[in-house]
Amino acid sequence: MGYLSLTDRDREEMLAAIGVSSVDELFEQIPAAVRYAGPLDVEPELTEQEIVALFEQLAARNAHTGVELSFLGAGVYDHYVPAVVDAVLSRGEFLTAYTPYQPEMSQGALQAIFEYQTAICELTGMDVSNASGYDGCTVAADACYIAKFATGRTKIVLAETLNPMVRQVVKTYAPGFGLEVVEVPHTDGAIDPDRLATATQDAAAVIFQQPNFFGVLEDVPALAAAANEAGALPVAHVDPLSLGLLEAPGAYGCALAIGEGQAAGNFQSYGGPHYGFLASRTDFIRRLPGRIVGETLDAANERGYVLTLQTREQHIRREKATSNMTTNQTLLALAGLVYLSWLGPQGLREVGEVCTSLAAYAKSELRAAGFEEVFSDRATFKEFAIRVGRPAGEVVRAARELGVHPGYALGRDYASLDDALLVAVTEKRTPAEIDRLVDVLRQVAG
Amino acid sequence: MELIYEKSRPGRRAGRIPRPDLPAAVVPDALRRATPPRLPEISEPELVRHFTALADRNFGIDTGFYPLGSCTMKHNPRVNERVVNLPGFRDLHPLQEDEGAQGALDLMWRLEQYLVEMTGLPGISLQPAAGSQGELTGLMLMRAYFADRGEGEQRDTIITADTAHGTNPASVTMAGYKLEKVATDERGNLDLADLRAKVNERTAGLMLTNPSTLGLFDEGIEQVAEIFHDAGALLYYDGANLNAVVGKSRPGDMGFDIVHINLHKTFSQPHGGGGPGGGPIAVRETIEPFLPVPRVVREGDTFRLDRDQPKSIGRVRGFAGPFGVFVRSYAFMRAYGPSLTEMSEVAVLNANYLLARLRDAYELPYDRHCMHEFVLSARQLKREHGVSALDIAKRLMDFDIHPPTVYFPLVVPEALMIEPTETETKERLDNFVDVMLQIAGEAADSPELLHDAPHSRPVRRLDEVRAAKEQTVRHGFGA
Amino acid sequence: MPAVESYPDDLHYHRDHDWARLEGDEAVLGITWFAQDSLGELVHFEAPAVGATIALGTSYGEVESVKAVSDVIAPLSGEIVEVNDTAVDAPELVNDDPYGQGWLVRIKLSNPSEVDGLLDSAAYSAYIAEL
Repeated sequence: MGYLSLTDRDREEMLAAIGVSSVDELFEQIPAAVRYAGPLDVEPELTEQEIVALFEQLAARNAHTGVELSFLGAGVYDHYVPAVVDAVLSRGEFLTAYTPYQPEMSQGALQAIFEYQTAICELTGMDVSNASGYDGCTVAADACYIAKFATGRTKIVLAETLNPMVRQVVKTYAPGFGLEVVEVPHTDGAIDPDRLATATQDAAAVIFQQPNFFGVLEDVPALAAAANEAGALPVAHVDPLSLGLLEAPGAYGCALAIGEGQAAGNFQSYGGPHYGFLASRTDFIRRLPGRIVGETLDAANERGYVLTLQTREQHIRREKATSNMTTNQTLLALAGLVYLSWLGPQGLREVGEVCTSLAAYAKSELRAAGFEEVFSDRATFKEFAIRVGRPAGEVVRAARELGVHPGYALGRDYASLDDALLVAVTEKRTPAEIDRLVDVLRQVAG
Repeated sequence: MELIYEKSRPGRRAGRIPRPDLPAAVVPDALRRATPPRLPEISEPELVRHFTALADRNFGIDTGFYPLGSCTMKHNPRVNERVVNLPGFRDLHPLQEDEGAQGALDLMWRLEQYLVEMTGLPGISLQPAAGSQGELTGLMLMRAYFADRGEGEQRDTIITADTAHGTNPASVTMAGYKLEKVATDERGNLDLADLRAKVNERTAGLMLTNPSTLGLFDEGIEQVAEIFHDAGALLYYDGANLNAVVGKSRPGDMGFDIVHINLHKTFSQPHGGGGPGGGPIAVRETIEPFLPVPRVVREGDTFRLDRDQPKSIGRVRGFAGPFGVFVRSYAFMRAYGPSLTEMSEVAVLNANYLLARLRDAYELPYDRHCMHEFVLSARQLKREHGVSALDIAKRLMDFDIHPPTVYFPLVVPEALMIEPTETETKERLDNFVDVMLQIAGEAADSPELLHDAPHSRPVRRLDEVRAAKEQTVRHGFGA
Repeated sequence: MPAVESYPDDLHYHRDHDWARLEGDEAVLGITWFAQDSLGELVHFEAPAVGATIALGTSYGEVESVKAVSDVIAPLSGEIVEVNDTAVDAPELVNDDPYGQGWLVRIKLSNPSEVDGLLDSAAYSAYIAEL
């Protein structure tokens, strides 16, 4: 039963050593009125073989991207995850360890996190990175908390082209942080820097996304400049896989760079666990949430790594901590490091180029088939929006009947875009698969 | 050991991706990256060797005994890793239509039923990413609940125990509440007189870990609940120590209104070197309308995600939660079935066995049977021999044992917080006892052996002051 | 090199382990040997801004070691006229020389009579012996 290791004889000897006659005696400290009479009303225990059979049945009822041709993105993407990621993550020394509180026991994890922090800094053009946040949504809330203390201001400005789920999480956290949230509407699929500048007066931070939720490339240098002009911290929410091709947030004046790490090295996994990344200029290092690993020397002057600047954290600073975070997403961030190391700078740029080329092919084929782009004047990366002539949710259902998931129905978040479909094209898609998408959409669109 | 960046050579690479025969990508010049990121340039064999070498320099439960108090480092069954990697789970997009995700939604719904049964509370949200996020979510629920009753302005204070994890007070601040601390009495229970003096019409609620971080069940829990409920306030249960009481006592029956469960502790999601975790919450009916969206709803034989909950606090993370954690935890629960109760019994038996055998060599600040963990103090060893809890921790490493949690809870000086979990053999426990007794002897006979420990790890003691001052938190590339 | 325990006679002491040296209508403030010893080697001093107003008994900054952080409590009220930037850059000076190079701030006193409520060296030494 389960994973217990004691024999009956062990138990007898242990009870005798404790000086009690039964395990029940140990539970007598629980007041009788709140003891549970039991037994738990749950199904009988299963053997390993039965567990596998049960979970195979459950998994079979999911239309995953191995059985359905998928153009669904909107924040989580079907990018290729190399086998080395599986191999590294299955090492028990990483998988079954906890936070490296005792550095002499945990040099492997600590060095890996240091290397991850370096990779994130390199991608984003920032000076410092934490060891990971929960996901691409919560790191946005973290950025707001940093900005509140860094600027002493209480207004947060969000671009309407920032992933709606990220905006929802910021709005959930904001009241507790004592922050008010203002949104800047998009102008033809992108944020107008002048409009942003007006909204940004007295703001602590501005969060925009590159490429934005519609896949459109924003004029990020102008957006960052508008925020800096107003004394607000510009925060770029970026796709890590775009950063071999697109400029780093640090190079266009951002104070912080955040994002969802899933695309770099994690499976879709129905939404998690993934990792959020958060990096900043050096100025904010003492305000960062969560773990940070630093380099040092040991007693024999050998290089080693430790958790550092821990006085920011909840276990020391308690109610004044920069965050309440303890458990983070180290294993998923490790997958990110392995993935980025597998690609290297050349490979990362190629992934960006291939996604963009394939997406451009998809756009032109769809255009040729009579589909109209929603924001036709805008440059895009791996995602773009088209009009499908009837509610996009209906089109999705009809296309799925034909074995293709054509994308995300934008009407779920934007009332005026009910007939718009957001199509994502990763490097896993082929021109032939894109042809099939066009063919299916032709059949099911209005 | 070299960093992966120091092994990098220009032009070397591991992975390649297919290049379709299509025109080159067009990106506006103003947005194109000027300088490539200095990611490692490394071959696949060296990539694998690098991470294998790092793994060799890390210690997990798979390596050996890991009695890190409050973290519940139990065995992580490998079948869980097999099932979580089924393509139907691993390759499922979170925005897939509900009709295409019935297996995932069914699994989440089933997991919720188990959590209802174990907590004694009817409303579940699986969304929070970890225990601390569950805490913050719970406090947001309190805010929403009191705002809905017109008491939002009035109730501005949360009470925590002086033994609380640091996450509790940190969450209180992040939720916009004021903090008040209540003392612990000489038996390790909440001080009821102190509590009565502090609970009033301004109190929104209590956050409590039970059993506490001392590993002791609060014997006055019924009175505690009464004090808060009589004042119109709520009780929040920090489920960090749930591994002690599954099937033995349910937080809902103890009087708690909101509970978080650490799936990575009690239900064996591997800790991954720091994460991921899962921190679902369970609540009483009166609080259910405020739970985060989306929620899993069952209608006959079909399941859907419901985003339409007008009183909901909103969303606390992306999508429906850390799904892979749900898969592993549900698999773990199914492997035990009703004997989840026995899981907690053995966790408590193992802890009490270690306590019984170590109590003479170390100081025991609260002389009671413990639950799943206990706290010893090295105060006497420090006074008599100059040997600290940290020295003992470092010396344990020389015996391939991961140290316990040290210097926590703060109410015990030179604290060593020991949690063996239920999955260890008696031989492992006996070995730990032998080593701890040997170290207590060494403290008297050769304290320098402890001051200089560890002697057998890849590095010696590390200079944390230097790290904090220099703040080298990324590779410098020789700059 | 950590300093040897001492509580100079010319200083005034606050129970939260802070000292003040009166210089005309100004005072120099710092933390006591006992405070730096409890914290361990300091790695950070979060200093207030020049011009800020500080009030007796309330926090005007923070000092941190690797494992602990502590508010620095004002033993007297006044306005910050100078911050010891050398201690900001090298906080270990507070450990090495808590009453000399490790001073923290200089203030212009707003209520000099507050000095009457502080402890002298003998009274402070007696107070910490009880802790």
